Amino acid sequence: MSGPRLSPLRALPLHAICVAVGLAIVVPVLFGVLGGFKDNGQLTTSPFGMPAPWVTENYTEILGSAGFWLPLGNSILIALASTLLVVMASAMAAFVFARYAFRGRELIFTLFTVGLMFPFAVAILPLYILLRELGLLDNPLGVILPQVAFGLPVTIIILRGFFRTIPPDVEEAATLDGCTPFGFFWRILLPMARPALATVSVLAVVASWNNFMLPLVVFNDPSFWTLPLGVNQFRGQYAADTARILAYVVVSMIPALALYVMAERQLVSGLTSGATKG
Amino acid sequence: MDATPIPRSVSAPTGPAALSPGSQRRARARRRNTLIPFLLPALLLFGGLVLLPILLGVYTSLFKWNGFGGMPTQFVGLDNFVRLLGDDVFIGDLKRGLVLVVLSVLVQLPVALGLALLLNQPLRFRGIYRLIFFAPYVLSEVITGVLFTMVLSPTSGLVNQIFEVFGVSGQAWLADPSRVLLTMFFVVSWKYFGFHMILYLAGRQDIPPELTEAAMMDGASTWQIFRSITLPLLGPTIRISVFLSTIGAIQLFDMVWVLTGGGPIHASETMAVTLFQYGFKRYEVGYASAISVTMFLISLVFALLYQRFVLRRDTEGAVTRAGDIR
Repeated sequence: MSGPRLSPLRALPLHAICVAVGLAIVVPVLFGVLGGFKDNGQLTTSPFGMPAPWVTENYTEILGSAGFWLPLGNSILIALASTLLVVMASAMAAFVFARYAFRGRELIFTLFTVGLMFPFAVAILPLYILLRELGLLDNPLGVILPQVAFGLPVTIIILRGFFRTIPPDVEEAATLDGCTPFGFFWRILLPMARPALATVSVLAVVASWNNFMLPLVVFNDPSFWTLPLGVNQFRGQYAADTARILAYVVVSMIPALALYVMAERQLVSGLTSGATKG
Repeated sequence: MDATPIPRSVSAPTGPAALSPGSQRRARARRRNTLIPFLLPALLLFGGLVLLPILLGVYTSLFKWNGFGGMPTQFVGLDNFVRLLGDDVFIGDLKRGLVLVVLSVLVQLPVALGLALLLNQPLRFRGIYRLIFFAPYVLSEVITGVLFTMVLSPTSGLVNQIFEVFGVSGQAWLADPSRVLLTMFFVVSWKYFGFHMILYLAGRQDIPPELTEAAMMDGASTWQIFRSITLPLLGPTIRISVFLSTIGAIQLFDMVWVLTGGGPIHASETMAVTLFQYGFKRYEVGYASAISVTMFLISLVFALLYQRFVLRRDTEGAVTRAGDIR
């Protein structure tokens, strides 16, 4: 909106509301950040104050231990693999849904969109049994493949919408120049769809990054644990050591917040188009 | 270039129309050979890991089964479902879910809407406000939950320290059965209101400015503009946000698991937590499957009814367009 700014008198109450809401969000996080620099004694005696003295061991010990880096690495690997697979599989399917007419197309497409409406929790138990029979427990694929499967609906819907905006002339021209459907898809459509691919990738990364229920049941072996499992486990292990838990929570927030700052635009466009263009 | 004009069919490259039957058949076969490999990965994954588990869940819900050793054998028909109807915890889950949805619609969503409209004003720093309001959405429920167990801790927690300034001390936010659900609602809202706000902001920006400008020109008050223009035109977005909020309440798990585990005495338990307890802690897999199937049916009935009676009016609705053939 490019209209004139509000007069200070009218803007003031609005700023007051925004600052109040902003504080409600920032203060708990800040409590965590500063709490991580305190010891437990300071946490009870001066919850609001600055740490005095600043205790850095909580953070340095976490950053120096595999208990943080291993789950971080697992989270990254699983998020990247899930994202790559879900975007590839969805782009291929969305290409067909967007540009070919065939019998049963709408039926299959509807099936995918119906998947969008179902809570993941509904499937967790039979999914676990299935993964056990397939020997995929304590195996990263046991988390990656289901995440891909459940990520398909929203990814396909968004990509199909985008592929439809590319005029048929482009494909006709490519076909005349001897391009096969696969060649068109790979060398022309995907490069043109880069913004949409970025959008769905960010959605997939965030979904994988925050997933808790599935890795919780699939990974028994701590060496596979992802960050949410690490946080949950750490909390149980150091139950009385609030300052240390706060430090771990804060350190675990950093990757997600960094991604957010870098990719906020893609996240917003993905969520809004995913919600309204289904 | 004098290439022969290509018939512009809707369905992209179906090939020229005037061909012999034989080559038409060949063209169709070639097209099928192109389509199948493109669709196959998605179909296999979706069929095998989304649809199959749901069917499997329906099957195992008809057995008494501890979940071990191959497939279940002790067929009990609908017994698990009968038991479910008399299960106070499960009935309680439904009530608590309803409370969360109602609270969300009455409190969280209006706040999100208000903030969205506020951030739609030409206000300085609104980009920063938006960035902050939406940030909790990217934090996982686990991280949010663990952070808030500390923030709400009765002894050293931030909230109680604030309350102590006003002379109220030692409140048990998560350990008091009469209060825990409300506390849970606030934590969930803390994380998710920004998401709904973002939806409303996007919806608000789709309303042509001419409409509000014309109304202003005609001397309409801010309230009148909100009542007669903004709110009705945001209708589709609001209806979708209510839908998503409800589905979210049905499957709420991570936050509850981390904050309270469903306690004290089931006071914050949700369907997903009950399902998890029976399926993964108590090894009553048949019964837990019945909970899964019931959750599935609740979602399905809700989605269909909502689509039929609420979203139907929307030309730009979410789920409505799913089956829309064009």
